[in-house]
Amino acid sequence: MHLKVLYFAQLREKFGLAEEAVQAPEGVRTIADLMQHLAKRGGVWQETLDGQYAFRVAMNQEMVSQQTALIEGAEVAIFRPVTGG
Amino acid sequence: MSARLSVAVQSEDFDLRHEHQQLVQNDHGVGAVVAFIGMVRDLNLADDVVALELEHYPGMTEKSLMNIVQQAESRWSLQAARVVHRVGKMYPGDQIVLVLTASTHRGDAYEANSFIMDYLKTEAPFWKKEWTPEGPRWIEARDSDDLAAARWAAQQPTPNP
Repeated sequence: MHLKVLYFAQLREKFGLAEEAVQAPEGVRTIADLMQHLAKRGGVWQETLDGQYAFRVAMNQEMVSQQTALIEGAEVAIFRPVTGG
Repeated sequence: MSARLSVAVQSEDFDLRHEHQQLVQNDHGVGAVVAFIGMVRDLNLADDVVALELEHYPGMTEKSLMNIVQQAESRWSLQAARVVHRVGKMYPGDQIVLVLTASTHRGDAYEANSFIMDYLKTEAPFWKKEWTPEGPRWIEARDSDDLAAARWAAQQPTPNP
């Protein structure tokens, strides 16, 4: 599955990356699967995405849950809880 | 008649008087306008804040703000609502966010305005970074903001006449 993954604020700085194209292997079907797939890169990816650290995920610019099924070609954004206003 | 709803995300400052005039136009059915302005303060927790930087998610931010304003319109009787949120670098004393709500009676405008701010703080994709004499630091989300937004979910929506 092809996905465009965006990182904002703290996560963009931690990963040193604002966006990337991700080719997820078969078996990666939900947001939680994608987080595990990215966490397998180890280091800061694992520390951030393995569930110990709070973050939110949006798919195609709508907030989604860990159980949400991924959509082919989707834009997935990962970020810390928001602090506007 | 449906309410006039609009949102803007911009780096430029906003002018309350201008925004207010645009909002009410020639609508003489408006009996109350509530304006909330969020400002950059120079003290947060312990450090002196010399500047604030606001990052956002272009595209999603505008959709998210419009969605929040539409939810407010479905819960209260509003003639108009407008949200302007600034992004980029700001300094103590600067305006960050404006929420205007207009209704026939003040109750709707007050409550809808408060609802929009509570949801904006927990739903809209903005992130604040503070610059202090010790360097930059991201502001972390507060549980009190989640609780403020959750109290609206627990309430029965006011019937819209």
